[in-house]
Amino acid sequence: MNQNKKKPQGGLLRRLLGQMGFLPQRMVVDETEAYYAASQWQLMGRKFRKHKLARIAMVVLGLLYLQALLGQFIAPQGLTTYSSAFVNCGPTPIRIVDDSGRLRAPFVYGIATERDPVTMRKHYTEDRSRIYPIQFFTRGEPYRFLGLFESDLHLFGVGEGGRIFLYGTDGGGRDLFSRIVLGSQVSLSLPLVGLSVSFVLGLVIGSISGYFGGIVDSIIQRLIEVLMSFPTLPLWMALSAAIPPRVPMLQMYLLITMILSLLSWTGLARTVRGKFMSLREEDYVMAARLAGVSDRKIIMTHLIPGFMSYLIVSMTMSVPAMIIGETSMSFLGLGLRSPVTSWGVLLKEAQEIQNVALYSWKLIPLVYVIVTVISFNFFGDGLRDAADPYT
Amino acid sequence: MLRFISRRLLVMIPMVLLISVIVFFVIQLPPGDFMSSYIAKMEASNEVFDQNTIARMRAQYGLDQPWYVQYAKWIAGILTRGDFGYSFSYNRPVWDVLSQRMGTTLAISLTTMAFTYLFSIPAGIYSAVKQYSFGDYLLSVIGFLGMGTPNFLFAIILMVISYNWFGDPMLGLVSQQFVNQPMSWAKLLDILKHMIIPVIVIGTANTCGLIRTMRSQLLDEISRPYVLTARAKGLSEKRILYKYCVRAALNPIASTIGWSLTSIFTGSTISAIVMNLPTQGPLLHQALLNQDMYLAGSWLLLMTVMILLGTILSDILLAWLDPRIRYVKAR
Repeated sequence: MNQNKKKPQGGLLRRLLGQMGFLPQRMVVDETEAYYAASQWQLMGRKFRKHKLARIAMVVLGLLYLQALLGQFIAPQGLTTYSSAFVNCGPTPIRIVDDSGRLRAPFVYGIATERDPVTMRKHYTEDRSRIYPIQFFTRGEPYRFLGLFESDLHLFGVGEGGRIFLYGTDGGGRDLFSRIVLGSQVSLSLPLVGLSVSFVLGLVIGSISGYFGGIVDSIIQRLIEVLMSFPTLPLWMALSAAIPPRVPMLQMYLLITMILSLLSWTGLARTVRGKFMSLREEDYVMAARLAGVSDRKIIMTHLIPGFMSYLIVSMTMSVPAMIIGETSMSFLGLGLRSPVTSWGVLLKEAQEIQNVALYSWKLIPLVYVIVTVISFNFFGDGLRDAADPYT
Repeated sequence: MLRFISRRLLVMIPMVLLISVIVFFVIQLPPGDFMSSYIAKMEASNEVFDQNTIARMRAQYGLDQPWYVQYAKWIAGILTRGDFGYSFSYNRPVWDVLSQRMGTTLAISLTTMAFTYLFSIPAGIYSAVKQYSFGDYLLSVIGFLGMGTPNFLFAIILMVISYNWFGDPMLGLVSQQFVNQPMSWAKLLDILKHMIIPVIVIGTANTCGLIRTMRSQLLDEISRPYVLTARAKGLSEKRILYKYCVRAALNPIASTIGWSLTSIFTGSTISAIVMNLPTQGPLLHQALLNQDMYLAGSWLLLMTVMILLGTILSDILLAWLDPRIRYVKAR
């Protein structure tokens, strides 16, 4: 994992890695010349590619975001669709071999319901007499794709009369897979929106602090210290408790985003200020100044690009905390609330341990949260290594 | 050194005051107050209040005044009488409610901390000395998983496992049959059994972070020239490692003790709610849901002050352990 920290000595390690297939062939051949001619961003890209886990993480995140973008198309059902006949139904097994032992295209059996005579709990079993082949690009429930146009095309589905619940259903008889896919639109976009807010806040406040210095700087620094000393999660909880229970969906989403970004700009502002102050004294800035470049141009073309990579890294590193924050607040009933659906809202059903023990598929949203958080961690790790391509 | 400490403590005073204003402002933000949520609850059980009673009750608790007047009264009470206000839902002074849970909170936090350090330092040393070995990779993977999984979700997983295997999710800190019993060996054993999951859950994130820190610090130290010198002089590897490298690598870790105690304190809030532990975490949750504002406010204020103290303690420890920092600061 750390092999990229040490520079390959005499190309031996690099050749070895190349032979083992860790590096693409073109990186094994002598590239000294290309190395010195490459731009900063090219170097970063090259270094990032060397971080194997970060590359995997990037692919995973790409898939997750693609899934969120195409949510309505991928999810076989809408958020509000429910069927009271299938409450707490387990995941539908997908089969390729039928009863007679014949191999066939993926299909599901029909679902039969029976009641346990003792506990009166519903049991779902496969009804082997009914076979529904899985159809791709099938017509189903109509939806509005990203608010742009109407459609009823879904990625997959089973024919009329059949049911497919990839991840089972929840206590309201709603398809968990659809809800996870549609919930990811909220869970994955919220940290990005929050980030952009705190990015702007951090950049502006940090630059003011670093550029003006003096009393303005001291006041801003004290304020940041105060904000930083708050326990993050409890303060988030207290703030989101202030959201009135019956606000429109969009407003609730924006309020939670604001709350999350309210505390997370401080670290960024500090980085910006520190970079501003140290870069201001650099020789190349002095050279630019002597050459008669204006202050504005120095800041825009020489200073900010100089630490942009650090900013992006520190932003990426703060995504996991935001995701966890949103999930835990929604989970506790202090954050997003139904009908807004995020992974945290879905996990609310997992609050009852007995519920989870009986219907273990209700923990599946948890897997999504963990995978996303870890991917962002690795992605940020790779970016951090890449941000400093000259070491 | 004394001047350094006292100056840090003096700077804290205006900060705490500012924090208390922010805390109180945040706490009174929710629409309505304890009375309105109380009345809503009572009316659900068919009890009727007339306007006069409501107004009188509001006036009795000072809820009819603007927030800055309430704040002034609250902070004056804290400063002059050590009175943190009155908890509406517990019908007791806030301080009573908070201090009642202090013991269990401290016990769990300290146990967790001991576990964290006892496990992470040896693991970090192992990881650094046997870099790129199977054990190192295993620890790295565990570390990233531990840091990536939100604590409270980890708690759910462990509780489900415990429920499936032992038929008991280990909620709370003591089993039902021991609740009102005097202390005995059986009860102690039961409490210890219930501590396992909380300690693992609360400690994991910290432990994983510490292993990473210890590993990278030690790797830095091992490649220093003084190690080469020591080796050239014929010191045994063991001696080089434990007497010199580990000691130097421990500096930044030891200095974060203050900070990590408070992070355990506040970081465990949500997991404690999930596991239904009798600690401070669920208190805040209930207080926020019931709009028990003085309780929630005092909680936040105390936690923030603790974080501040922890930071100062860390700074002091760092200055004490590492003379270089002290000299820079003094100048």
